[in-house]
Amino acid sequence: MNTLPIYTGRLGRTWHYAFRAGCVLILLFLMLPILVTIPLSFNVEPYFSYPISGFSLRWYQELLNEPNWALAMKNTMIVGVCSTLIATFLGVLAALGLSHRNLPHRELISALLISPMAVPAVIAAVGMYFFYTRFGLGNNLLGIILAHAVLGTPFVVITVTATLVGFNDNLVKAARSLGAGPTRAFFKVKLPLIAPGVVSGAVFAFATSFDEVVVVLFLGGVEQRTVPRQMWSGVREQLSPTILAMATVLTLISVLLLLTLEGLRRRGERLRAGV
Amino acid sequence: MTSITYTPENSPRAAPAGLSGSLRRAEGASRLKAYLLIAPLFLFLLFTFALPIVSVLWNSVDNPLFSRVMPRSSMALQAWDAARPGLPSDETMAVFAEELRAANRSREVSKLATQANFDTPGLRNLLIRTGRAVEREPGAVGRTQLQAIDAQWASRDTWAAMRRLGAELTPDHYLHALDLRRDAEGVSRQPTDLRLYMSVALRTFWISGLVAAICLLLGYPLAYFLAHAPARWGNLLLIMVLLPFWTSMLVRTVAWVVVLQTEGVLNSLLLALGLIDERIQMVFNRFGVVVAMVHILLPYMVLSLYSVMKSIPPAYVRAARSLGANAAVAFWRVYVPQTLPGVFAGVLLVFILALGFYVAPAILGGANDQMVSFYIADHLNNSLNWGLAAALGALLLIGVMTLYAVYARVIRAQRKDG
Repeated sequence: MNTLPIYTGRLGRTWHYAFRAGCVLILLFLMLPILVTIPLSFNVEPYFSYPISGFSLRWYQELLNEPNWALAMKNTMIVGVCSTLIATFLGVLAALGLSHRNLPHRELISALLISPMAVPAVIAAVGMYFFYTRFGLGNNLLGIILAHAVLGTPFVVITVTATLVGFNDNLVKAARSLGAGPTRAFFKVKLPLIAPGVVSGAVFAFATSFDEVVVVLFLGGVEQRTVPRQMWSGVREQLSPTILAMATVLTLISVLLLLTLEGLRRRGERLRAGV
Repeated sequence: MTSITYTPENSPRAAPAGLSGSLRRAEGASRLKAYLLIAPLFLFLLFTFALPIVSVLWNSVDNPLFSRVMPRSSMALQAWDAARPGLPSDETMAVFAEELRAANRSREVSKLATQANFDTPGLRNLLIRTGRAVEREPGAVGRTQLQAIDAQWASRDTWAAMRRLGAELTPDHYLHALDLRRDAEGVSRQPTDLRLYMSVALRTFWISGLVAAICLLLGYPLAYFLAHAPARWGNLLLIMVLLPFWTSMLVRTVAWVVVLQTEGVLNSLLLALGLIDERIQMVFNRFGVVVAMVHILLPYMVLSLYSVMKSIPPAYVRAARSLGANAAVAFWRVYVPQTLPGVFAGVLLVFILALGFYVAPAILGGANDQMVSFYIADHLNNSLNWGLAAALGALLLIGVMTLYAVYARVIRAQRKDG
């Protein structure tokens, strides 16, 4: 890393290293819980402390055999995929509208569209409970799908709007002048160019649904339990190593999602530099 | 380009009102198209999000039960002036007793009793008992019978409570959420043993403020470290901050249980190192809640500060140094002031997010570490006091939205400067 100037005194030197050590400690604090729990999920004994007596996959085995977890994983996938599709479709359309050159009340509209991100989860969940149950959407996967789509749309709107800011509209004009219809110009030129933004938004929306527990607590019944919901009740009753196994799987998925985003960001930068 | 084909719609020459009219029309059409693109999401959010929020606000003042089950006596009691001495008229009491008898038959009296008990503890018992007793009365019931059943029916406070409960719209849930109560004499503070929510509000603010302060304390040096590290390292370090940010919040909360619990990793480590003699309690108390919340919110602080620090030109600090300031003075008087917008935005963001926390305190906290969200959820799911849950939710919403307005202003000012 950056080296110290030759004239730095002893105090400066001490400070420099102390500061770095402190920062490394803070980074460790951020990484620690994840790093500590992953090995424990492979512990052969159901204890939560080190040293680990032996490695085994028995908790992962149990995860697969337990019907509750299987149902939870199925529900999580259904809810995640459906809500992401809804959020992405609606969010991309709205972002295209918001990117209009001089839209009156743009700030107000976008503030309204991203407001689900700002409202504390409990309040949204209470409101959805009051309102959805009236239409038979309580204890129903559709209710949770809609709720998660709501929570995911702000991310899609934000990422796609940000991508459109850097979009060169002349490319669409060029396509049109070369004879492409508006639909064709959109799907062949504009959409591929903003695709990294669309996919990042979708990844954000999916991750949001994937991690959401409060709405599910309020809106979901036993049949609608999702992975976070199952973990929640597991932690509150009796912490079992299967939960750590699930936590490890979830962390792995998060890492994959983060890497996807990082890849998309780099690709976006390359594209922008290329154009 | 050799030829441009003008269709009648886009040809400027075909426009009757001339070029400016045509331009205006084209502009209007494209604006309309933009609105049409926004409309689906707007409508979707209206029904799935905005109306639910409105229903929270509505439920916080709505009071339908008594006016539905006991319509005539509720109406009659509204006409009675609770502030002046004297009880409601004999006819009103007779109607009340009749309707209570009907409610006892239709078994709705227990709902009434539950609702009444939210207003004043003890009323459940009174209503259930009175309901059964009037049921047994053979003939007409009225003042004499009611007061023979229970002397409380001779008290103005009881009737004032019935009047409050009979109103279709009520401020009582809000009063309750602010530890206030209404009786025949007017609004006053709840008796000490019933006060709860002001201390919950204070606790929520205190924990959020503490978490924001610790996040600033840890986040500032870390953001500085990241912003001034060479690019090759900087990205890797940033990913180390982003990874926990991306890991499920629930997973991290669970992880802290594993690390902090009495039989957990940290206790074992400290014990093995000889730093402690016996295991110390670190979860199901305030410590665990604050640690987990700081862990969850620290990345927000670091990213807020990082983005500001990245945009600060190094020339100012260099100028200060060359003019004779030592490193500490240059940092404090030249560098720090330039980061203040980021500090303010970060602290505000962490504070706002902390206010609404539910999961971490519910899992890692004890009974005295729960924040306002917990009580909202609890009233909705367990005590079924929806009105109070809605009023607490509405107050939290107002607080959070006000702070967000301030936050938006800070961010906008930051952009203008940048």
